[in-house]
Amino acid sequence: MANIRVPDPRRVAAAIAAPLIAVAIAGGVSAVLLVLTGHDPAVVLNTLGNRLGETNTLMDAANRAIPLYLSGIAVAVGFKMNLFNIGVEGQYKVGALTAAVLGAAVTLPGPLHVVFCLLAGLIGGALWATVPAVLKVKRGINEVVSTIMLNFIAISLVAWLYTGVFKGSAAGELNTRTKYLPESAWMPDLVSNGSHRVNSFAIVAVLVGVAYYLLVWKSRFGFQLRASGANPFAARTSGVDPTKMVFRAMLISGAAAGLVGLPELLGDKHAYTDTFSVGLGFDGIAVALLGRKHPIGIAIGALVWGFLDAAGRFLDLDGIPREIVTILQGVIVLAVVITYQVAEQFAQRRITAETAAKAERLDLEVAG
Amino acid sequence: MSDTTPEHGTTPPAVELRGIWKRFPGVIANHDVNLTVRAGTIHAIVGENGAGKSTLMNTLYGMHRPDEGTITIAGRQVTFRSPTDAIAAGIGMVHQHFMLADNLTVLENIVLGAEPTHGGRIDFAAAKRRIDELKDTYGIEIEVDQLTEHLGVGERQRVEILKVLYRGARILILDEPTAVLVPQEVTELFENVRRLVDEGVTVIFIDHKLDEVLEVSDDITVIRSGTTVATVTPDEVDARRLGELMVGSELPTPETTTSTVTDVVELSVSGVTARHAAAARHGAAGGTGGTAGSGGRPLLDDVSFEVRRGEIVGIAGVEGNGQLELVEAILGLQRIDAGSIHLAGDDITSLSVRKRRHAGIGYIPFDRQREGLLLTSPLWENMILGYDDAERYVRGPWIAAGKAKTVADAAIARFGVKTPSNAVPAFALSGGNQQKLIVAREMTANPSLLIAAHPTRGVDVGAQAAIWDELRAARAAGLAVLLISADLDELIGLSDSLLVMFRGAVTARLDPATATPTQLGMYMAGEVQSQEEVA
Repeated sequence: MANIRVPDPRRVAAAIAAPLIAVAIAGGVSAVLLVLTGHDPAVVLNTLGNRLGETNTLMDAANRAIPLYLSGIAVAVGFKMNLFNIGVEGQYKVGALTAAVLGAAVTLPGPLHVVFCLLAGLIGGALWATVPAVLKVKRGINEVVSTIMLNFIAISLVAWLYTGVFKGSAAGELNTRTKYLPESAWMPDLVSNGSHRVNSFAIVAVLVGVAYYLLVWKSRFGFQLRASGANPFAARTSGVDPTKMVFRAMLISGAAAGLVGLPELLGDKHAYTDTFSVGLGFDGIAVALLGRKHPIGIAIGALVWGFLDAAGRFLDLDGIPREIVTILQGVIVLAVVITYQVAEQFAQRRITAETAAKAERLDLEVAG
Repeated sequence: MSDTTPEHGTTPPAVELRGIWKRFPGVIANHDVNLTVRAGTIHAIVGENGAGKSTLMNTLYGMHRPDEGTITIAGRQVTFRSPTDAIAAGIGMVHQHFMLADNLTVLENIVLGAEPTHGGRIDFAAAKRRIDELKDTYGIEIEVDQLTEHLGVGERQRVEILKVLYRGARILILDEPTAVLVPQEVTELFENVRRLVDEGVTVIFIDHKLDEVLEVSDDITVIRSGTTVATVTPDEVDARRLGELMVGSELPTPETTTSTVTDVVELSVSGVTARHAAAARHGAAGGTGGTAGSGGRPLLDDVSFEVRRGEIVGIAGVEGNGQLELVEAILGLQRIDAGSIHLAGDDITSLSVRKRRHAGIGYIPFDRQREGLLLTSPLWENMILGYDDAERYVRGPWIAAGKAKTVADAAIARFGVKTPSNAVPAFALSGGNQQKLIVAREMTANPSLLIAAHPTRGVDVGAQAAIWDELRAARAAGLAVLLISADLDELIGLSDSLLVMFRGAVTARLDPATATPTQLGMYMAGEVQSQEEVA
């Protein structure tokens, strides 16, 4: 919450110490779990460590990090406004299907077609997010509940649509899918060696990160958004309507979520298929928490998450269930959240005390 | 009063604190505190906000343990690990803010958490017998079967006192018990307190209204800068001397000297009536008291008045009688059902909050932390709050951090906000400095109308004087000020004209030159409701 603005070496040290402690705790807990299930933690560490030096795995990690980053940003926009958008999962599917269907229906020249698909994704995600936004603003319904429920609806609705009305695959085809996008809508790989690659959607992700940073941290709109999130009463008194900000934040979050499926759509599958990734929206919550809502932090979180996803597959070769990686991811998130919370409390206490001392006052009232 | 109590010498002191030190990281909140409270006396503890009174009382009530020093209760040295230990030792605390459940009866509130049971069920008959005994012994009058929500502030306080006595307290700590009371209720409270003391209870009360302290207490201990500086009896000192002991220097006064009132009407409120509470406010600050608006009575009832340039109009009233709603109606936060509001001749009745503030309304809110600050944001961002479209803070659609920090530094210096830098988060400042920051923010915007709600509440004497000076200077420069305050001296001292609000209506207009706190209290309590025009 308290952004690091006081250039104090101890504070910087604390900021670096917190994630390191979190990783140590996560490692420790995972090691205990491995030993308890009869596996050798050293093997896991070794396997994951070896993958760190391997280009193919790193490329997979980076490619995987692209949608995770977008998903993390989508969640973080909500967090900044004290909104818990658990509905990124549903919103990205609606966004991806919208882009897949509309993108396949139009004929446009190269880059323009890509932009068209991006817009379609943004709008699709935002529209789906409008539902919980309206429910919250008009009826006061908690967005956590409504977005979770809407996830179920979105998943079923999208499945029904692409296997029915929008089905583009032939009768005997192995996978059910929508119509293929024309090549003008495809996004090329940035780097590729045949089976491993990083798609150029990474550039879009970076742009989204920059836009998020400028919008939330630097703009007047962002100030109003953060003010409404931090203290809706003060915002209201200052002439900002927190209700409107809730609505806008939800729509922006949904729009960002609408992009999450597009790297896969435009860069890989070129249609909405039954092999489409699932769970990216939920992973985004973890990534946003890992990254502490900061654009750079979320990038690091997405890369770590992507690496664990990519490297975890190799654990099977050692006879260790790859689910251990999922557990490790969960433990990391918990450890990070708890460590940051504790660090935050320490920092708040220290800043309060230091400020009082520097102001040469003896006025720390415990009750206050 | 009786500084030669017969028990003195024979009975050990009810409370004895010796050499108490309490440190928090980087701060010494209490050092070398010594306090002796004779059994069966009223002992006042006075000191400025931030002097360390609360820390001391929290020590005594077991909220935290002192780093050094001893606590002796009735001759027995004790160590309190939690308030439960303190309660077991016979110490009870009545907080400044009452903690009663509105939807329970008085009886239920009193026994809540200490219910006598009989065969697994609450034995209300036994509880009632016990409470009746207490009421008789201590002469406390309250009907215990009524719902708490119908009680007035004074009655709520009596319930809190009964609640503490019910748990067997023999030493009562009252934290600023008169802060929320009108003068008549204060008199009743003091009668109750004297009766308690007659029955052998020891009362420690924290206050900063010096006349009251002198009137009621047997001994007075003064705390300054975290330590006890003197213990005196009321015979030895007067209010002025006591105040000087608190501050360690000469006292400021709120008096305004010459009138600067012009003929130009800045704010005109006419016939404003409101029936429904603002939707977005749930128990917002200042709306306590719970009586406003209940029973179909309007929150604001045909309120009309004017504030001229260079004039300070004070509004007196017990909290919850429409002051908050009036302020929010002027700001556009409270919907009104009838009437109109004009600012500098323009009708602003249907404008948005932001547009009204643009038109020149500055606001020092009722509750600074809840309505006025972003606690985790740095001070320079807090300066922008409400002014994120002012040219001095922004460049196009962007926040101009550089410009904003320069403006913030200037304001921090001018208003004497004690902080190491503009990057400190607002939560780190003391209450007084937070208030000064808000005053700085609002005055930096050069408003034409300032609505100041409790501008010096919880602020130490130094900051209070600084804020008064700013208000006076701005008034002289033509600022129109609507002042809401619970501090009657402040109201009478600063205002050019005084309104009393009772149950949502303006019930009196008084001339501060002739009004006395007692007279004001009678209007505030609704005992007199004439439209006395003194213009």
